[in-house]
Amino acid sequence: MNETLDTSTTPPAAVKETLLKQILNPRIVQKGAFFLLLLATLLVIVPVGMIVVIIVAKGAPAISWEFLSAMPSRGMRAGGIFPAIIGSIYLVGATIVFAIPVGVFSAIYLVEYAGNTLLTRMVKLAIINLAGVPSIVYGLFGLGLFVIFLGFGPSILAGALTLAIMILPIIITTSKEALDAVPKSFREASLALGASKWQTIRHVVLPNALPGILTGIILGISRAAGETAPILFTVAAFYLPRLPTSVFDQVMVLPYHLFVVSTQIPNIEQSYTYGTALVLVGMVLVTNLAAILLRSKYRKKL
Amino acid sequence: MSKIVARELNAWYDKKCAVKSLSIEINKNEILGIIGPANSGKTTFLRCLNRLNDLEPHFRIEGNVLIDGRDIYAKGADVDALRKRVGMVFALPLPLPMSIYENIVYGPRRQGISARQKLDGIVENSLKEAYLWDEVKDRLDMPAMKLSGGQQQRLCIARALAVEPEIILFDEPSSGLDPISTAKVEEAMLKLKEKYTIVLVTNHTKQAARVSDRVAFFLMGELVEIAPTARMFTNPRDPRTEGYISGKFG
Repeated sequence: MNETLDTSTTPPAAVKETLLKQILNPRIVQKGAFFLLLLATLLVIVPVGMIVVIIVAKGAPAISWEFLSAMPSRGMRAGGIFPAIIGSIYLVGATIVFAIPVGVFSAIYLVEYAGNTLLTRMVKLAIINLAGVPSIVYGLFGLGLFVIFLGFGPSILAGALTLAIMILPIIITTSKEALDAVPKSFREASLALGASKWQTIRHVVLPNALPGILTGIILGISRAAGETAPILFTVAAFYLPRLPTSVFDQVMVLPYHLFVVSTQIPNIEQSYTYGTALVLVGMVLVTNLAAILLRSKYRKKL
Repeated sequence: MSKIVARELNAWYDKKCAVKSLSIEINKNEILGIIGPANSGKTTFLRCLNRLNDLEPHFRIEGNVLIDGRDIYAKGADVDALRKRVGMVFALPLPLPMSIYENIVYGPRRQGISARQKLDGIVENSLKEAYLWDEVKDRLDMPAMKLSGGQQQRLCIARALAVEPEIILFDEPSSGLDPISTAKVEEAMLKLKEKYTIVLVTNHTKQAARVSDRVAFFLMGELVEIAPTARMFTNPRDPRTEGYISGKFG
């Protein structure tokens, strides 16, 4: 039965098959796949490149020594953005001071000391989920806890604590992965030589996990430097043409200043807005670069 | 008196029993070779002797292991101190990602030795004992990972010697090595037994025959037979031992 059927349909089926074979030729499939992968990569690169080009093209004319070092004047339409730059540096610096030790230490505890119980698994899951909480929620949390309940008022302290809590999940998750990735064999080799658990962590695990931990810190710092929502109610000043004198002072901060000059001030020169954006992007870039250099230095040491 | 005594030792990973009511005595300054097919509990037994199995989350043990008459699993026993006395060389060479010098002094540094002169002496002595000194004496600052496999393994032996142990556990130390490197490792072992007690787990029956004073045959977590090497290989008492040695299974 089958054979007779086959012979009657042989010519068209054969044609179809060869066509299909040609299309499914491994080399053609491979070319198609490479093209798709390239396309996806280009789709990522092009917008990023355009953002940088536009910001640099429109913002560069505004950059001058005065822009970087003077107080704003004429209702923020002229002068510089000095207090916002300093405010951002203080804020990110304070955030790092809070976030890095707490984040790295808790990651070490979770990986090395906490047992694999239901509770620790839930804690780990909660930390991962915290990374996905919208930043405005952190802002409101900071307002409620630090500004109002603890009475810090809108201040560097309240803002930095809020940002620190926001970036903790990022630092903890990446540090945890870096620590987990240190081969078990390294730990065994160290323990077998009579080193204690802490000595093993301190002299073998941490040095090997450091590049990964630094990656997490880089990501955290970039996020802290660029976010607006968490600082909106906790630290950012609309207009404050002086430098802070203590951690309980409000400060102007670059991301919020950018929001202000681009939406709240009419008749402002476009280059002033883009100049502010350029400085913000530049600052994040410089922090990242510093951390990347640090990381590659430690990688080489291994 | 025996250096190591195990009595009615049972060991489980979760519910899987890896070592079954094992009793064995290991003499001072002998090389005890442990042979047996995969999953026969050789490595588990070895790792009981320096309590490295403690790292496994669901590991359980019953029975006693005595070293110099003291139970190493007794409550309050100092595990770190135990591992100083019982060194280990792993199946794959495991240099830490640091220089040759730093690998050797890793153990001594952790005990608080920091005088450069003393550390230099330790490095030279332990490398000589492991037959590696002449090959690396001019490049001690080189990353240990850049040594050849055989050199790395001898470095690991030297590193274990640097903490001045009394017992050295070898866990299939030549499984990744070429015959010449293997010969060098074995040469080092034969010299070392003058000072140390050595327990050698090996997959190569011939290696056990070459270096051991006595040989133990493990099967399915049980000790089938233990005897002086010559007798073990010429006249095994248990048919299963004979079968394994003559290559009928394994």
